[in-house]
Amino acid sequence: MRISVQEDPFELGAESDAFAAGIENAGAVVTFTGVVRDADAGGLQAMEIEHYPGMTEKALTAIAEEAMSRWSLADALVIHRHGRLAPGERIMMVATAARHRKDAFEAAEYLMDYLKSRAPFWKKEILAGGSADWVAAKEADEDALKRW
Amino acid sequence: MDVLYFAWVRERIGVPRERVETAAATVSDLVEELRGREDRYAAAFADLSALRVALDQELSEFDSPLDGVREVAFFPPMTGG
Repeated sequence: MRISVQEDPFELGAESDAFAAGIENAGAVVTFTGVVRDADAGGLQAMEIEHYPGMTEKALTAIAEEAMSRWSLADALVIHRHGRLAPGERIMMVATAARHRKDAFEAAEYLMDYLKSRAPFWKKEILAGGSADWVAAKEADEDALKRW
Repeated sequence: MDVLYFAWVRERIGVPRERVETAAATVSDLVEELRGREDRYAAAFADLSALRVALDQELSEFDSPLDGVREVAFFPPMTGG
């Protein structure tokens, strides 16, 4: 299991390869990547991601450990960036490995649902005109936790 | 204890962290104390339903006791992913 909270970009291919290469006895590897989306085309200049150093790593570790035990995963990876990101840049990725794909998919969704609402990150959208808005948490994201 | 603020809570209060000497028994008591200090605290803590709190880096509740706590953090609901 590896958790990385970093400012630097990550190589999706290299991270996926390294993750898959370290797995034994797993028939399924699932990866998910989150990308900075420009919701109203051309309006977004940057996304600033703030986090709580110390708590972030603890929270992500606890979430990943829970996923590892619920789905008997062979391994799990969470990479989440902070700092200033441009549209199209990768924000984060999760990877899960399990004997069968159902467990790998479900665990990846679980990781995503929890790190959206239970890991201390906050996003701020910097718009082309210079104004900035904190992204509000969505009720749907909180509701998504209830299914687990 | 150290009190930390994140996102718009940090912006409203104007500092990311500060040292607070308090005898507050619970988080709510601490919030009341801070609200009474200056307008910027009253503005940041106007609506507690819009805030979350962590005690020593664990998510907690506003009625949680502060006994033995070294670090309190206030922030809006998280938006990771």
